[in-house]
Amino acid sequence: MEQLPKWVDLVIVPLVGLILAFFLSMLMVLVTGHDPMEALSLMISGALGSTYGWGYTLYYATNFIFTGLAVAVAFHASLFNIGGEGQAALGGLGVALICLFIPWPHWSIALLAAIAFAGLFGAMWALIPAYLQAKRGSHIVITTIMFNFIAASLLNYVIVNKLRPSGSMDPATGKFPEVTHLPSLGDILNAVGIPFSKGTPANVTLIVALLACVFVYYLIWRTRLGYQLRAFGKSQPAAVYAGISPIKITIVTMMISGALAGLMAINNVMGEAERLILGSVEGAGFIGIAVALMGRSHPVGILFSALLFGALYQGGAELGLWTSIPRELVIVIQALVILFTGALDNMVRLMVAKVLLRPKKAEA
Amino acid sequence: MSTAPAIELKGISKSFGPVQANKDISISVMPGTIHGIIGENGAGKSTLMSILYGFYKADKGEVYISGKKTMIPDSQAAIAAGIGMVFQHFKLVENFTVLENVILGAEDGAMLAPSLRKARKELTALAAEYELNVDPDALIEDIGVGMQQRVEILKALYRRADILILDEPTGVLTPAEADQLFRILHRLKEEGKTIILITHKLREIMEATDTVSVMRRGEMTATVKTSETSPEHLAELMVGRKVLLRVDKEPATPGEKVLEVENLRVVDAAGVERVKGISLEVRAGEILGIAGVAGNGQSELLEVLGGIENGTGTIRVNGQELDLTGKFSDARSRRKRGIAHVPEDRQREGLIMDFKAWENTAFGYDDDDAYQAGLLMDNAAIREDAQGKIERFDVRPANAELEAKSFSGGNQQKIVLAREIERDPDLLLIGQPTRGVDIGAIEFIHQQIVALRDKGKAILLVSVELEEILSLADRVAVIFDGQLMGERLPSETDEKELGLMMAGMTGETT
Repeated sequence: MEQLPKWVDLVIVPLVGLILAFFLSMLMVLVTGHDPMEALSLMISGALGSTYGWGYTLYYATNFIFTGLAVAVAFHASLFNIGGEGQAALGGLGVALICLFIPWPHWSIALLAAIAFAGLFGAMWALIPAYLQAKRGSHIVITTIMFNFIAASLLNYVIVNKLRPSGSMDPATGKFPEVTHLPSLGDILNAVGIPFSKGTPANVTLIVALLACVFVYYLIWRTRLGYQLRAFGKSQPAAVYAGISPIKITIVTMMISGALAGLMAINNVMGEAERLILGSVEGAGFIGIAVALMGRSHPVGILFSALLFGALYQGGAELGLWTSIPRELVIVIQALVILFTGALDNMVRLMVAKVLLRPKKAEA
Repeated sequence: MSTAPAIELKGISKSFGPVQANKDISISVMPGTIHGIIGENGAGKSTLMSILYGFYKADKGEVYISGKKTMIPDSQAAIAAGIGMVFQHFKLVENFTVLENVILGAEDGAMLAPSLRKARKELTALAAEYELNVDPDALIEDIGVGMQQRVEILKALYRRADILILDEPTGVLTPAEADQLFRILHRLKEEGKTIILITHKLREIMEATDTVSVMRRGEMTATVKTSETSPEHLAELMVGRKVLLRVDKEPATPGEKVLEVENLRVVDAAGVERVKGISLEVRAGEILGIAGVAGNGQSELLEVLGGIENGTGTIRVNGQELDLTGKFSDARSRRKRGIAHVPEDRQREGLIMDFKAWENTAFGYDDDDAYQAGLLMDNAAIREDAQGKIERFDVRPANAELEAKSFSGGNQQKIVLAREIERDPDLLLIGQPTRGVDIGAIEFIHQQIVALRDKGKAILLVSVELEEILSLADRVAVIFDGQLMGERLPSETDEKELGLMMAGMTGETT
């Protein structure tokens, strides 16, 4: 098949997919008896029309950056980590433990410790499936998804039986101490003179997420480990020929992937909820797959696609809030976007290729 | 002659995007002849035959079968027009019998029994007519490749093919099996069948064909009577310049033992013993060639030496024993011991096809200090190094930013060779150095190998091309069924003797 120019693959193909998804979504809205244009404008203004909307959009995007990067790193080694959900849940446990039980002098030090522990817990949760794949040949797709359920059950047990304050009916830990509360994006921006809504959950973790993007870029394209894991991802026989150990690469890559997924907990557990609630990951681990696919497993692409999905989440929530469009329909819209930008990527690419490559042939 | 050609192609053109695979190609092949089509990889031979068999649609041009203009939109139409194709990689169901394979896709109805009965009768008739004896009830997986190829031919004949196209049919055969195949082809020709033989081996063209067409870069450069041409002339037509077919080299001056292998055994993942107690040695400044039909253990031998597979036995390099199963049995440890490896399958092992050329020149040596810049890799240094390698090894196009997959087979091999040879290894393992490499590049690659030998390095060469072994190696060892059948000096043996040894007849050791 003919090669598409890179920019077409990176920009046009996801864009066409997105437009198709929105078109179908609006058709759905129309069928259910609502005004599609009104719904669309409400979604856009709800997500991006105010600093309040932006605050939520950026909060969701932060989650998706972490889980998207996690999936992308594994993708480069041709490993499909769909255990982001469980790894992020374990990351939350790590964050909760250090926030609840260690008296920190300042939030910044607590944040550093949270990064370490969220990463460590996520990495350890990914280590087990990685080990099983590398040493025993158990397929990582199966094991990572199984580990999502184990993580959910484990957290259920730990939160309800160990960390829940006595007398509380909530399946959640107690509030983290005041000192571990992270500054919100509003606090930071207002301090430098930029007006920004203070009532949103977006917080300093966004900066950690951006740093994670930079880290992943350097890791994949500038380090020896990145070189080896990309080589392994492209051709396992070639990796063995070069003396790259498949066992080592599988384990190390999955641990980095798990750590990135685990880091998400800083945002939602430490930054937003300020306590560990059961089921706090809310599917972000799975959204990460779509984000990585749409972002072509590149940190810059992931940044943009995470923003898009963040906006979609926030816009969808607004839609549910202000219209009688049922909540289920909002989920359908989000699912269509995932379907078209993630799963049906190749279909869209073929369509684009047909349209774009035809005139060139006529010239020749 | 008044008869119409069996096949006539007029002005066939086909492009894939910017690449024109076939440019205005015309041939006509008379019935009852063997017509050869020769050309380098990527010359457009396979595209042309795919058009004839209905896999691709030509952009322009017409096909005439026995004088009638014929459209061939798919392979069914090709079969209906009497064209049969024997692919390079057989399309047989391994766990079906010969008979079942023959009727596959040509069953007469929902019930198999009548078709099988009819096929059995017909197969017996065909076997008698063309001397194509095969046991109709044997399972494909139990019969040899030569037999499997006969089944493919029978499949075509069963479908009433008058025109047989064979795509690189001798790639997997021993010389003896190849001779047998050519006898069958002659027999088919005598019975009035038309045969098109696609190959890149000059020898086969000279031996088997009546007429030959040469293709180069999508164009048909010449069609000549085989009796009126020579291998040198054909090579020149293929490459577009004069080519040295034999390697120029001085006699070897062997020095110290570099590689010593004693009683090496290799068991594969399925538990089958692939190498059954091989012992050999290679000295500094000599090339030991391992001849043998693919699949007789030579790949495993290279892989154990290269640190890809585990084995048992003793291997010493420069007198020091190698780790064959433990922590230091990996390829990286081998490189540290001065062993470089040009693998048999460069696209699967030797290169990362999606990596750029410069990234590939560091492959396997990415731990080299010269490539590090603190925590990161020194990409600028690797690029600079790569550019030098590309120039010294005449890789074309000389652009290190291109992905490995966009180079031709010969240039890909030059990238691998540059990487391995410039490490100045004590021992070079090299498998199928010129497989899928164009004739022009073969000359260069052979020169590089001989030059390394002349620098006093030990070289272990594995190739299924006897001609290559005979012209490059200083000593030839023949491998069959995981064992060495004996050793010969190239000057004191010929393809016939080696061919017999490759088929398992023991030669007395010299």
